[in-house]
Amino acid sequence: MNPALEVSGLRKSYGGVPAVDGVSFRVDEGTIVGLLGPNGAGKTTTVSIICGLLPSEGGAVRIAGAALSGDTDPAKGRLGLVPQELALYEELPADDNLRFFGALQCLDGARLASRIDDVLRLTGLSDRRRDRVKTYSGGMKRRLNLAAGLLHDPDVLLLDEPTTGVDPQSRNAIFESLEALRDAGKAILYTTHYMEEAERLCDRIVIVDHGRVVADGTAEELGALLPRARVPELDAEARAAIDLLAARGIAVPALDGGKPRLEEVFLHLTGHALRDER
Amino acid sequence: MKQALAIVAHELKLFLSDRRSVIVGIVTPILLATFFGFLFSGAGKQDTAKIPVLVSDSDGSAVSRAVVAGLAADPLLAVTPATESAAREAVKRGKAAAAVLLPKGFGDSSVRAFFGAAKAPEIALLVDPSRATEAGLVRGLLSEKVFREASREAFGGSSGTKVLEESLRSMEANPAPATPERETLKQLLRDVTRWKESTKLGTDGAGATARGPGSSVPFTLKEEAVTARTGVTYNSYAHSFAGMGIQFLLFVALDFGIAFLLERQGGIWKRLRAAPLSRSSLLVGKALAGALVGLISVGATFAFGIVVLGIRIQGSVPGFLLLLVASALMASSFGLLLAALGKTPGATRGLSILAVLLLVMLGGGWVPAFVFPEWLRTVTLVLPTRWAIDGLDAVTWRGAGFVAGALPPAAVLVGYAALFLLVSRLRFRWTDG
Repeated sequence: MNPALEVSGLRKSYGGVPAVDGVSFRVDEGTIVGLLGPNGAGKTTTVSIICGLLPSEGGAVRIAGAALSGDTDPAKGRLGLVPQELALYEELPADDNLRFFGALQCLDGARLASRIDDVLRLTGLSDRRRDRVKTYSGGMKRRLNLAAGLLHDPDVLLLDEPTTGVDPQSRNAIFESLEALRDAGKAILYTTHYMEEAERLCDRIVIVDHGRVVADGTAEELGALLPRARVPELDAEARAAIDLLAARGIAVPALDGGKPRLEEVFLHLTGHALRDER
Repeated sequence: MKQALAIVAHELKLFLSDRRSVIVGIVTPILLATFFGFLFSGAGKQDTAKIPVLVSDSDGSAVSRAVVAGLAADPLLAVTPATESAAREAVKRGKAAAAVLLPKGFGDSSVRAFFGAAKAPEIALLVDPSRATEAGLVRGLLSEKVFREASREAFGGSSGTKVLEESLRSMEANPAPATPERETLKQLLRDVTRWKESTKLGTDGAGATARGPGSSVPFTLKEEAVTARTGVTYNSYAHSFAGMGIQFLLFVALDFGIAFLLERQGGIWKRLRAAPLSRSSLLVGKALAGALVGLISVGATFAFGIVVLGIRIQGSVPGFLLLLVASALMASSFGLLLAALGKTPGATRGLSILAVLLLVMLGGGWVPAFVFPEWLRTVTLVLPTRWAIDGLDAVTWRGAGFVAGALPPAAVLVGYAALFLLVSRLRFRWTDG
């Protein structure tokens, strides 16, 4: 597969403290790559450098093989950003929000109208397109936030924790949208704290900590990083009991099945110490 | 440029969708400007509020009664008789701007003093220090009335005759050797006595000797309000609408600057910066949007003044429109400057409100700059608000033309807009890194 996004040796520090310290990974066409890490691991800084919000102190970002140069580089149009914050004008209807963000991406006329229809349909918001965003639920706002990042039909989509604070239905709708986009050949970099999201969606997972990549692979490949000896084989009855406990929010990490959960891998790689935001 | 225009259209939509912005930008300046205009409307109207003055006449002589009557007849004063203590208390409590205390023996002493035969009597004028302008007016009117009534009594009243005769007798009885000056003064007194006898005035209705015309101010004053053209009356709302219009233009711009800072803190800023959009397009779009919204604010304010309160553009209409556009550009780039120099929205808002109020106050927005001391009038010429307000005054009620009245201030305002934009472009923090 062709790499749609290549990040190599990115570096960035704040006041002498490295926030991103030689991060490298790639996202191929038609794949979703999860970017995981504890608070302050350098995920958001990495995403900000990729889309040109922050200058890097070293390394390179290539979109379809070409480096971005300057604010007005047309190649920026191949990137779609869905920020962690709700980047919407609450006083305006969804239509007006999308029209404005589309115009910033140099869309206009029939092309803009058609793209607005497409992204609203994809995110299930067509019926509420004329309502002010402030009347939307949290999940609807998140979906519109995603729609705004898709307007210009970018080849690479950067999602920074796009499901924060949404209900399961909206989360599922977002997942379905993203899976449809992957199937359409889009390259998606998905930053999240939620391990189960990464397990469900991502074809590959990159775990960063202290500004460095500490693991990069499929869920199975990452699972192999755990010491297997402590994971016992369980019969169907034991497995059902563990699932029942898990459904009630009680995790039994050492006994929860033959396949290690991503969260275990994550904690194994990044440790159990609490992290504060930088 | 398409992106910049999209920003303009979008900001306009945002402004109109926010009821608070519309109220701050349009309704408030209309209310304040109407209030200030009403407050300062006295100069052009007949029903000017009279200055409340209390008078205590402890003398009761013909002269003192005439002085009191003269003051009471003056259209600028509302005279009320009072005792000395009541008058003092009323001024202290701010119920009256001034009080005049005419002492016992005032009439006689003033006539004697007129011929240099006695020390001038002392009139106490009690004034409210917070109403110095009104007190000054009372002082002037009192001097005029006292001079007129004392001279009238001296040359025509019975006490004047008595004083003349006494003075002449006293001089003739003086054993000191004659000097040319004394002889001349004696001759003057004899001539005045003869003149009074030759113009004997009989008695008035009450049996008192009638009083002649006395001395009077050797001129009359014809007051004329100099406006754009003959027949055009000064409309005090024109200035207040210029002042308040500019003030709220700056407040709208301030709101824009703060909104920009808020955007900068959130995801919208990331979305703007992630788009293939140049920094100049972003700033120019924001500046044009701010100017357009400001123009709506100041335009609506003046439209209300024109339609409801009779403000007229007595000078150049294109000049007036040019000044509105130039002022809006200046204000909008000022808002961007605040966003460029400010760090957080909260801290920037506090300081910016103070800056706007100072700019408007010193620019002559609250009270016209002509009441400033000379040095302040000169110093405040560095402020863009001074040029904007003076320019609008010039093309509205002063009737100035395009070249003389509008072009110089418009050029200064556009210059300030360019300067603010340049500094914003240089100082804006485009990244947090």
